[in-house]
Amino acid sequence: MIDATVVELSRMQFALTALYHFLFVPLTLGMTVMLAAMETVYFITGKPIYKEMTQFWGKLFGINFAIGVATGLTMEFEFGTNWSMYSHFVGDVFGTPLAIEGLMAFFLESTFVGLMFFGWDRLSRPAHLAVTYLVALGSNLSALWILVANGFMQDPVGAHFDPDTMRMEFSSFTDLVFSEDAQAKFVHTSIAGFVCAAMFIMGISAYYLLRRQHREFAARSFRMAALVGLVASLAVITLGDALGRADYLLQAPKIAAMEGIWETTKPPYEPWKIVALPDDAAQRDVFSFGLPYVLTPLVTHSFDKPIPGILALENDVKPRIVRGIGAVLALHAYATTKDKAALAAFRQNENDMGYGLLAQRFAPDQDLAKITEADLPKVLDLTARETIPNVFVEFWSFRIMVAFGFAFLAVFAFGAYYSLKNQLERHPFLLRLTTWSIPLPVLATEFGWITAENGRQPWTVFGWLPTFQSASSHALGYMLFSLTGFALLYSSFIAAELYLMFKFARLGPQGRPGHTPTQPGPALAGAPGYADKPWQ
Amino acid sequence: METYILLKLIWAVLLGVLLTGLAVMVGMDMGVGTLLRFVGRNDAERRAALNAIGPHWDGNQVWFILGGGAIFAAFPTLYATSFSTFYVVMILLLFSMILRPVAFEYRSKVDARRWRDAWDWGFLISGALPMIVFGAAIGNILEGVAFHFSWDGQYYQDQSFIWYLLNPFAVLCGLMSLALSLYQGGTMLMMRTEMPIAARARSVAMAGGLLAALLFAIGGVWISYLPGFLFAQAVDPAMPATPLGGPQVIMAVGAWLTNFHIFPMLWIVPGLGFFGMIAGSLALAARRPALGWWLGALAWAGTIFTVGCAMFPFLMPSVTAPSQSLTVWNASGSAYNLTWMLAFSLVFVPVVIIYTGWAFRIMRGRVKTAGMANDDHSY
Repeated sequence: MIDATVVELSRMQFALTALYHFLFVPLTLGMTVMLAAMETVYFITGKPIYKEMTQFWGKLFGINFAIGVATGLTMEFEFGTNWSMYSHFVGDVFGTPLAIEGLMAFFLESTFVGLMFFGWDRLSRPAHLAVTYLVALGSNLSALWILVANGFMQDPVGAHFDPDTMRMEFSSFTDLVFSEDAQAKFVHTSIAGFVCAAMFIMGISAYYLLRRQHREFAARSFRMAALVGLVASLAVITLGDALGRADYLLQAPKIAAMEGIWETTKPPYEPWKIVALPDDAAQRDVFSFGLPYVLTPLVTHSFDKPIPGILALENDVKPRIVRGIGAVLALHAYATTKDKAALAAFRQNENDMGYGLLAQRFAPDQDLAKITEADLPKVLDLTARETIPNVFVEFWSFRIMVAFGFAFLAVFAFGAYYSLKNQLERHPFLLRLTTWSIPLPVLATEFGWITAENGRQPWTVFGWLPTFQSASSHALGYMLFSLTGFALLYSSFIAAELYLMFKFARLGPQGRPGHTPTQPGPALAGAPGYADKPWQ
Repeated sequence: METYILLKLIWAVLLGVLLTGLAVMVGMDMGVGTLLRFVGRNDAERRAALNAIGPHWDGNQVWFILGGGAIFAAFPTLYATSFSTFYVVMILLLFSMILRPVAFEYRSKVDARRWRDAWDWGFLISGALPMIVFGAAIGNILEGVAFHFSWDGQYYQDQSFIWYLLNPFAVLCGLMSLALSLYQGGTMLMMRTEMPIAARARSVAMAGGLLAALLFAIGGVWISYLPGFLFAQAVDPAMPATPLGGPQVIMAVGAWLTNFHIFPMLWIVPGLGFFGMIAGSLALAARRPALGWWLGALAWAGTIFTVGCAMFPFLMPSVTAPSQSLTVWNASGSAYNLTWMLAFSLVFVPVVIIYTGWAFRIMRGRVKTAGMANDDHSY
């Protein structure tokens, strides 16, 4: 018997630690690339201000990077500590990209990040530049392998189930790595990281510009970030559309929940819901308001293809559940008796096995063998209902992410425009808006993850292993212990991180503890590279 | 020999290599963290000690992450079962491991005595605790763990580990692991810090090496009186990787010495470990820390491979369902997966070793205690 409370607590712990980890990851992904870009300009032009930029933004990057590394450790081990059945079931495939990530990417990033911080006086200029590039390469390669692993959870390609070992076995490395979902998600995610870093640099630079501090430093940093941010946010939106299309082709329940599609759509009129209040219990919208003719081309990239609705999906999945129950019963018989006939029976329905496992939760005593003719319709209804993720969460997390994405595009566009016209300081509202926007791209990536992973429910491996069956059978006390510990530790970390970030951002590029920052005032005529540039 | 058996064997050896890399590199940083409050009597000295490993701790820590990932991929069932069985231990280990990076990055960024002192305690706890727990977990695995599997591969814990985790033998293993980490951290400080930090580190490291040798000897005698595990039936090493329906296993006192009786050559392995500890301490006495560092690595390798030789082919035996014990044969990944992983390792492990060596070379030399207070690019 699986204890539902323990599963829920394990899910909560994983969600919290993963979302917390990802508060820091996007900045790492983007900042390393921004640092490499700044140092490249320094390398080419030799202007000391670009070295100052690399070092100052590098210091803020370091404060963020430490927690990113620390909380990433949790993720690497949490599959084993809390999801033993999952780890056993897919470790042969899922563990491999994680191991390769450590070997190929994380070693690279972590070894060279030390040299990047400590090596300024010990390395030649080209060698230091190479080191910074390797850090950027390492962190983004890291994202690639992690998202290859995540892609397997969304669309398990490159593996098959082996009834003799009772797990999924790796069968095609190329299928795994070039999985459509993994590749679409990798570019979408890492470029979202560039957006986060661009907004971070732009926002802090805007703060200096507002206070007329470090003006040349801030204006140059702002321009670079605004241009990168503009391109990156355009790319994130386009690539997000590609990811949505992968979901449309591979995960019908997810796309239906994201768009709040209860009834199969009627192209081409079907409206795209801008706002709605989906009611999961009643399976309908309390109200909705949308733009007609938008949904079909947006999702299907055509004007005539219908998108299956949630009610239809639930109905269509029932035969799979029946076959799945048969497959699990045959597998159980094969596991205990090694009977060839049982194996043959299993083989007939093996692709539906996951739906049988899903039904276990609703069977009497969680035992499929105890389902009677009378129980069956109820079990089928409950299981079919279970295949649909929470629509309210999915619908709104997706919309918040998208709205943020378009808002950033506007902020970057205005920022780039006024930066190129050297009129930034005349637009204090824009500068203030930019500063306040610093945390928003990170928030948007969090909503992106909620969309991706809530939409994958009820599965840990889509169509094969239900979340409910994946967790370790821990005692409740264990879970309370670890949850409390994580809550205490992580909240003190975020307090320390924010304190230091604010402190060092306020101190500014020339500041160090004990030094007063440059006083606000008119343009610093003597500063290198400043007098000849009409920033205002 | 069938390829699959060969792959399983190679990965068993690589598991040992990985654990050795982890113990040497992470253990060294843990040792420095534990020693911090003792070798540094004022803030400048403590900062110098921290910066001795400052440029490297992050890279070193990847051994820990790689350890997790590689066990996940190469021995999925071992990863799934051991980490869940030792849940609270693993969580404590994680808490320590995640405290450390933050401590490095944040400690010296605020110039306040209480702030820095608090992080220094953090270094002590997050250095000593994981080493003790790491050793104790290995000790417990030698003694066997209480778990079994249901038909679908889900593991169940039969007894909460809290009641047996800190038994005397496990405590001995934990202390030995702590002693070796103090030794390894001490040699690093001898190489990379000035007087008087280096002198203080030297005395602790020598004591650590000798204590480890003593505990290793006691442990060796002790193990011959402990029950080990043996196959009671013939085993097919090419068997499908599942702990269910495997050959029968029995427990017998002294069984962990069986491999040494069959292949007396294996005694070289603990011999080398012992030699590393004693000769390492002597090297430090003769003020040869670089030689001492490599002898310390040999000591770790000797210790970990001794455990491996004693247990082979067992990885994590079960006391409540011995025939479901995890072994090299029944807990490994598939042949296809092990092949790919091996290919990646053959390419990237040498590359990693080369650039790690290069990074150490670039940053070689002693950290100056005097300039520490004003240095902006240091921890």
